[in-house]
Amino acid sequence: MAFDAQSRRGTPLSRHVCRHLPAIGAIAAIFVLWEAYVRLSGISATALPSPSDVVEQAWINRDALWRNTLPTLAATLAGFGCSLIVAFALSIVVDFSPLLRRALFPVFIASQTLPLVAIAPLVVLWFGFGLLPKILLVALVTFFPMLVALVEGYAATEREIEELLASMGASGTRRFVTARLPSALPYFFAGLRISVTYAVVGAIFAEYAGAVSGLGIYILTAKNNFRPDLVLAAVLVSSLLTLALFGATILLQRIVMPWASPAKEIRP
Amino acid sequence: MSVLRLELDAIAIAYGAMQVLEDISLTVQSGEFVSILGPSGAGKSTLFRILTGAASSQSGEIRFDGRPISTQDRPFAFMPQRDALMPWRRIIDNCTLGLEVQGMSRRDARAKVAPLLAEFGLVGFERHYPAALSGGMRQRAALLRTVVQERPMLLLDEPFGALDALTRSRMQAWLETMWENHSWTALLVTHDVREAVMLSDRIYILSPRPARIVREISIDLPRPRLADHAIRAKAAAIEADILDTLFSFQEEPTP
Repeated sequence: MAFDAQSRRGTPLSRHVCRHLPAIGAIAAIFVLWEAYVRLSGISATALPSPSDVVEQAWINRDALWRNTLPTLAATLAGFGCSLIVAFALSIVVDFSPLLRRALFPVFIASQTLPLVAIAPLVVLWFGFGLLPKILLVALVTFFPMLVALVEGYAATEREIEELLASMGASGTRRFVTARLPSALPYFFAGLRISVTYAVVGAIFAEYAGAVSGLGIYILTAKNNFRPDLVLAAVLVSSLLTLALFGATILLQRIVMPWASPAKEIRP
Repeated sequence: MSVLRLELDAIAIAYGAMQVLEDISLTVQSGEFVSILGPSGAGKSTLFRILTGAASSQSGEIRFDGRPISTQDRPFAFMPQRDALMPWRRIIDNCTLGLEVQGMSRRDARAKVAPLLAEFGLVGFERHYPAALSGGMRQRAALLRTVVQERPMLLLDEPFGALDALTRSRMQAWLETMWENHSWTALLVTHDVREAVMLSDRIYILSPRPARIVREISIDLPRPRLADHAIRAKAAAIEADILDTLFSFQEEPTP
């Protein structure tokens, strides 16, 4: 038992690799099949470049890719940040006021039915080619999942805990801060993981509709120049970016919710 | 002899057309351990909800120390059915919850809880999260959270209902000694006949819904009861008698 615990603690990296081996294998298999198909079928590189080509081109164009990744990252983070602040504020409002909840929720849902294809060029038209329209579009696509996650999280508070607090004479604000807010955390992080993937896609889409720089405009330019290898290189970068942000949310959850990670603090 | 602490006079409540409590009158004296025993669904927990202010009775009166109970500042410390420990608070911070709500600083509250940890068998676990504790320990932490508030009276709602039989017996024995050492006044709601007989000075038996008090039994057995073989045998006779009363209720007509 002691040996087991020690050996597990001693080699965290190999343990991680073991756990993710199936996923790594699946991705590797896809790339191998893709590479094999391109080589054996003799398909033209302007139609479908091989993954090795894509990686090679990504490396050659790394400076341009990096220059265009930074604005996308900035738009993603700023837009996501705004969305989080607004979603959190509104979640508190609708949690305390059922009337406002009934009034506002249909509006929020309607905001999610707007097709991004139509709204993105309009927002660019109104707010120009700068950062602001990207922030707005990222906020638009991520705001609703965050709001729903928070509101459902509050509602998932154990009734016994709330009754206990009430029996202690706790005020509504105290009950919210002590019980409802922490109860919503798992829901919040579930929403965060989903939204963060939307956020990157939203930012790229916003840039696609008009921007000075960014992965979206890079993809558009590469496509217009018949360079699918560069399109895919930018896609590769955006995937890595999304994965990195996804990983960051998991790390953040571990830090914020230490009670939920079973590895630590188990019986002595 | 003893002071009348809690007095319920003809409490009744209905949810819509369903009469839950019909006529509940009972008393609890200072320092007394009283149980309310009844079939499940009889409205035992509803009675507690009325006492804690989560529900209000439609008629009847509640008096505490001779005065009608006020809506603000209830004199009860309530222990709910499931432990209701907050998974995100360490054990010590779960135990200080009531004190913090009363306005005590976290530091003072911890200082007040710390000396009690030993008696509740929680030493060394105060920095753990509830998920790392066994059911019995969680229940002891919940009781510590309840008693540390130093309210005049404890309300225990089936505190051991979720535990396995062996742990439950141990916890009952432990609670018995705890109750001997402190002079708590307690009202216990349970459907466990044995638990009621072992712990109580008096037992009220509720009828099925709409609930009335059908019987009041004084348990004049010396304490501690659980450790003594001869007393357990006497208690068994009382238990059988109570079970007869409970079995005499007709099956609830299914709606």
